[in-house]
Amino acid sequence: MASPTTSKDVQSVSGITVRLAGDSGDGMQLLGTQLTNTSALAGNDVATFPDFPAEIRAPRGTRAGVSGFQVQFASEEIFTPGDTLDALVVMNPAAMVTNLDDLRHGGILIANEDGFNEREFKLAKVESNPLDANVLEETYRIIKVPMTKLTREAVSEFGLGTKIADRCKNFFAMGMVYWLFGRSLEPTLRFISAKFSKKPEIAAANEAALRAGWAFGETTEAFGESYQVEAAKLSPGIFRNIMGNQALAWGLIAASKLSGKDLFYGTYPITPASDILHELTKYKNFGVRTFQAEDEIAAVCSAIGAAFGGSMGVTASSGPGIALKAEGMGLGMIMELPMIIINVQRGGPSTGLPTKTEQSDLLQCMYGRNGESPLPILSPMSPGDCFDIAVEAWRIATECMVPVMILSDGYIANGSEPWKIPTVSSLPSIEVSHPEGTDEDEPFMPYARDEYLARPWAIPGTPGLMHRLGGLEKEDGSGNVSYDPDNHQHMTDVRAAKVAKISSRIPDQEVFGASHGDVLVVSWGGTYGSCHTAVQRCQDNGKKVSHAHLRYLNPMPSNLGDILGAFSKVIVAELNTGQLRQLLRAEYLIDCIGVNKVQGKPFTVTELVEAIERHNDAATGNADKSETDNFQHQTS
Amino acid sequence: MSTLPVLKSADFASDQDVRWCPGCGDYSILAQMKKILPDLGVPRENTVFISGIGCSSRFPYYMNTYGMHSIHGRAPAFATGLKSTRPELMVWVITGDGDALSIGGNHFIHVLRRNLDINIILFNNRIYGLTKGQYSPTSTEGQVTKSTPMGSIDHPLSPLSLALAAEATFVARSIDAHVKHLGESLKRAAKHKGASLVEVYQNCNVFNDGAMAYAQERKQRADNVVELEHGKPLVFANGTKGIRLVGTHLEIVNTADVPADDLLIHDEKDPNPSIHMMLARMSYPSMPEPIGVLRAVEGVPTYNDQINDQVNAATETKGVGDLDTLFTSGDTWTVD
Repeated sequence: MASPTTSKDVQSVSGITVRLAGDSGDGMQLLGTQLTNTSALAGNDVATFPDFPAEIRAPRGTRAGVSGFQVQFASEEIFTPGDTLDALVVMNPAAMVTNLDDLRHGGILIANEDGFNEREFKLAKVESNPLDANVLEETYRIIKVPMTKLTREAVSEFGLGTKIADRCKNFFAMGMVYWLFGRSLEPTLRFISAKFSKKPEIAAANEAALRAGWAFGETTEAFGESYQVEAAKLSPGIFRNIMGNQALAWGLIAASKLSGKDLFYGTYPITPASDILHELTKYKNFGVRTFQAEDEIAAVCSAIGAAFGGSMGVTASSGPGIALKAEGMGLGMIMELPMIIINVQRGGPSTGLPTKTEQSDLLQCMYGRNGESPLPILSPMSPGDCFDIAVEAWRIATECMVPVMILSDGYIANGSEPWKIPTVSSLPSIEVSHPEGTDEDEPFMPYARDEYLARPWAIPGTPGLMHRLGGLEKEDGSGNVSYDPDNHQHMTDVRAAKVAKISSRIPDQEVFGASHGDVLVVSWGGTYGSCHTAVQRCQDNGKKVSHAHLRYLNPMPSNLGDILGAFSKVIVAELNTGQLRQLLRAEYLIDCIGVNKVQGKPFTVTELVEAIERHNDAATGNADKSETDNFQHQTS
Repeated sequence: MSTLPVLKSADFASDQDVRWCPGCGDYSILAQMKKILPDLGVPRENTVFISGIGCSSRFPYYMNTYGMHSIHGRAPAFATGLKSTRPELMVWVITGDGDALSIGGNHFIHVLRRNLDINIILFNNRIYGLTKGQYSPTSTEGQVTKSTPMGSIDHPLSPLSLALAAEATFVARSIDAHVKHLGESLKRAAKHKGASLVEVYQNCNVFNDGAMAYAQERKQRADNVVELEHGKPLVFANGTKGIRLVGTHLEIVNTADVPADDLLIHDEKDPNPSIHMMLARMSYPSMPEPIGVLRAVEGVPTYNDQINDQVNAATETKGVGDLDTLFTSGDTWTVD
């Protein structure tokens, strides 16, 4: 399985951003995943952005059916999949016209020439061959490759039908991309032989296509040189590539092990949360029980049932499913049972944009239940951080006897990055105990409380502790049904205080940059990478800009108010119309400026830098203030 | 081996005052439940009652066992999470006609088709009581209620037919006023391995008094109810009438007019639910209504057994999961 080496010139660069775009059925996601893994194995830092349509097989050749995968790999630490593309691979005209705008001037456009014909032009709704536009030659380096024809030739010896032979096309493209960026073929060769172990002729054909693509790069005069990205200087350790949903699943498994509590995962399939189920169900030997319920409501209720029985009850969904779970979440909250509710956000409202990212469920998670029903909310900042957040959520849930929400999003759920594998001994221990049984006739008090206001987790099977939980208001201590006005006031206050007190058990908020200055950028969730990179760039430009990225959204860290007060301007950047901004204004009575976007896409670093610098100039008196008050950043 | 303490009916009563209306049929069901539980030999702490919302769903508060008064219609879902993770517990679901068949219809059919080993007791009073008198999914056509002043235009749903359509393995019906029969039915349900459904005709003396008097009142019962017994012919009206299968229909015959072996012999163990379905469809006044066990099929794997069998099988083949092995599975690289 040796990988060939190039005899052409190699140019060393610090990083490359490439996007692979084709039809939904063209295998672009596979190509992207392979390129990512190979680059990670080569020691690069990587960040990815898969972008695919909600339709499984949208009409072939149409713009609606275009599926893309963007990856940045670099020899330095990176936090985003990149703004503009250094290289774009397109398999058909629809992929080209929907993606070309993102290719930087001077960037490389590789097109499957065989995918550009009259029929495809009609499907893509273009009048003529977009590859023939004169302006292209002046703007980009265009490399037209008859990939379909070359792939067919490469696999002809295996006697496959045309349809099957054409499916190897993505491996041909992969080989070419691998040549261009000096990637080893070995990891993908290993992948092919494992994936197609039961279909040796398919495995052989795919390998032949991959090698042919590489050889084409090596021999064609269109490519004068290839590019080399050296390994990044990551901190020492063993690394692997990990996706957000995978890390979340692994974090749940780790938390289950660390606490000695079997994991019960009740869920209903929904994009983009389903991959957590797919991942967890592989690990039944960790005591994981997965339950694909009949609906979202049954999913959350089953998790509560498992929690009542003393297991680690977890449910997950996306916004529409969380809406359905709201009543059950309220019950879990008043029953004060430890459990985890995960919302992998997607574009809303209603069914919205199922495969696109957004952060518009923050207020839903804060307030989307009847009555006074506060729940702790944590939010991971990157794919790898999903692991830590899952462990942390279970720690808080068990220590405080409360359902904890995790607010992830489609961008980090499907994105991937190198993850430094933790040693198990470095993970926090999560100690869980249940009150022991008794023979005595003393009535058990299920709502007695400890110093954190947590009640005991007494579970069925324990003699002498029989008690009944329910959704009706409870008498303090005994847990019996109570309609007493003062008791209701008291219990409402206690439940709120219990969540508020969590702020004393979480780390202080950290600030990237100076602890005071002109501008503080506040962000949360999956926008960490772009916000961090943008702030770094502003700092490099000499601006007094700092960054605070929140992982704890309810309660917020106890030092956050002081941090916010130490800056002349606070900018809140989020992929919604200003939900965290509302919370910060309400909680801290400070003005905040929103930088907001709801296009189903992550922030680009460039647009953030522009917005931050504009507000920074206003803060330092270099611009007309009236233009910038409550500025809503819009990108076209 | 220690011997289990002998429990009495009173040991299962909680310290809470029962707050159903005086004369409500729920009292009888509560009394029978407390009466049969000591006979089952399951410790109180291993017994859990889960209910939804409605008059009947206050039931768990009155039992000195573990319990959960959950949200409307969802009790089977809570039971699924609990029984899947704690299969050694005896789990009862207490529900009503609105709770199980209207808002909770989805969970009702799915818990039955999965054959989760729980006992569902459906208190059917054909009315919404707790919300003060609206019609329910089992109210009769034309029934005048607070929400149907000109009569209900909904066709009523039969819980037994629905359960059989979901291939439930244990389906029974009893009557609040027929206490001995009720107690026996609850006991049979508890002993069945798999999902058990017992529909109980329960009188709401405030909002739907006497709706099922034809079956509840001792004098009328003989003529309007067939008590099913496995392996016995279907006879009623003090033995003067019987049920005969003709083609795909059931018909009433005078026992004096037909040979004894013409009568339908009840087979609760028949895996094919077709005749059970015909029984479920017998309805007053054109036919007597069956009570007792319509269907009791043993040997069908339960959901709770299977979910745990898979965990055990995976552990046997792969070994107990190890985090280090998990983290380093697949491609990794080392940075020095």
